[in-house]
Amino acid sequence: MPNKLLSLHHICLSLGQRDILRDISLELHASSILTVIGPNGAGKSTLIRILLGLQQASSGIVWLRDKLSIGYVPQKLTINAQIPLSVRRFVSLARAKSFKQHTLENIMDSVGALHVLDQPVHSISGGELQRVLLARALLNEPELLVLDEPAQGVDINGQAEMYRLIDCLVKERGFGVLMVSHDLHLVMAKADQVLCLNQHICCHGKPEAVSQHPEYLKLFGNIAATRDIAIYTHDHDHQHGLDGNVCSLKNCERRKA
Amino acid sequence: MIIDDFILRALIAGLCVAVMTGGLGVFILWRRMVYFGDTISHASLLGVSLGFLLGVSINIGIIVISLLVALLMVYMQRKRSLGNDTMLGILAHSALSLGLITMGFIEGVQIDLNAWLFGDILAVSYTDLVFLLLATVVVCGILGVIWQPLLSLTVDEDLACVEGVKVTQVGLLYTALIALTVAVTMKVIGALLISSMLIIPAAAARRLVTTPERMALMAIVIGIMAVLGGMLLSWFWDTPAGPSIVMVATTLFIVIHFIPPFQTG
Repeated sequence: MPNKLLSLHHICLSLGQRDILRDISLELHASSILTVIGPNGAGKSTLIRILLGLQQASSGIVWLRDKLSIGYVPQKLTINAQIPLSVRRFVSLARAKSFKQHTLENIMDSVGALHVLDQPVHSISGGELQRVLLARALLNEPELLVLDEPAQGVDINGQAEMYRLIDCLVKERGFGVLMVSHDLHLVMAKADQVLCLNQHICCHGKPEAVSQHPEYLKLFGNIAATRDIAIYTHDHDHQHGLDGNVCSLKNCERRKA
Repeated sequence: MIIDDFILRALIAGLCVAVMTGGLGVFILWRRMVYFGDTISHASLLGVSLGFLLGVSINIGIIVISLLVALLMVYMQRKRSLGNDTMLGILAHSALSLGLITMGFIEGVQIDLNAWLFGDILAVSYTDLVFLLLATVVVCGILGVIWQPLLSLTVDEDLACVEGVKVTQVGLLYTALIALTVAVTMKVIGALLISSMLIIPAAAARRLVTTPERMALMAIVIGIMAVLGGMLLSWFWDTPAGPSIVMVATTLFIVIHFIPPFQTG
């Protein structure tokens, strides 16, 4: 496959006596989505931190393509309320170079958070903050998007919208996406590759293959077996703004224009 | 009335203190480093006595010790298990104690402990003033250069790191600026009161502003008002200058907090 963005080779991490990660190897290419799933404490966030260079692995090699620009949406972020910071300024912090305010507004619009642009950043809700974080990640025009449960706290419609936007960015701009997610149905619908993690790699492959894998069924069998959570195929023909109004914009189309 | 020379020196020194502490102080608040500044200033007393003992310049002694303590604290913060209030408290007071003990070993020279602990703004010499002005230019210049990356890493270190900010270097540079500020302002405002000038004007400014830059400028303005007010108090009622400045700052802080909010930001 061409255009490899990153690879991990035999990453291990142990803290004290405890093994956090054991022998993790993976690759990610442009224009593809790799989703990491796993129970709490499986080491998903740690894996992401190692990959981003925020934490050192005990052994193993992290390889990133030279000058790879990365957009990162952390699992959660608390901003000290003592910092007087508007959302606009918060998002702008992503870039040292100047950029057009127009670009910023477009991005905020596409993540459905344009209405909070000039509010203080610590006054917006958790779901709104996740959208804003995605906007900040996108402002740097990343080639690799690393998302740690990006839709946490985002309402159901918003989640579908966010994943649609991510999907769209992958298809149109050739982003590579590495994402931790708990939304099994969305994962199965959107991901190219699924990696099921529980300290070690339980199974890895196409969503259809993973969902039949005995290790996967052992971890998620109870949920996956219930018919309520089938593969998510609902198609919107319109989108909602956060205020609930139907807005007609189609992010993909707008981007092309 | 002819303004005496020493009053003028004191005024300029006070303004330098307000400018340096205002600009750096907002980050102390934002990064929740209140105790960090406290620890450096306590430890700086050790620098004074070591400077005397080793026969080097006191300024150099303070800068070196402040920097060492700052580095030690940054290191302790990395080792998360140690980086907490308890460790900072132990470090601050043991450094202070060690400083006082070391002073006991100095023979021949009588150190005015009061002046180092609480400062004496009216005793600022021309040499001190040159140091202060130079330090003000250096602190403001460097702070201006690292402002954007420092703000970014203050808001969230992980995001800043992924976005390419040199987190360690910028953080260390900021710490060095605090050490330098403590060192040069110690004679003016005293080891025990420096951290209050780092904290109070910034905290008072918070409610009045909506952007980080304005908060720094407002902290400087409030700091200047405190210096002027404190010196007036000292002049008319013969109160000690350093503590008067701090009390005026505190009064401003309280008054501002009773102003009904006209902006939330």
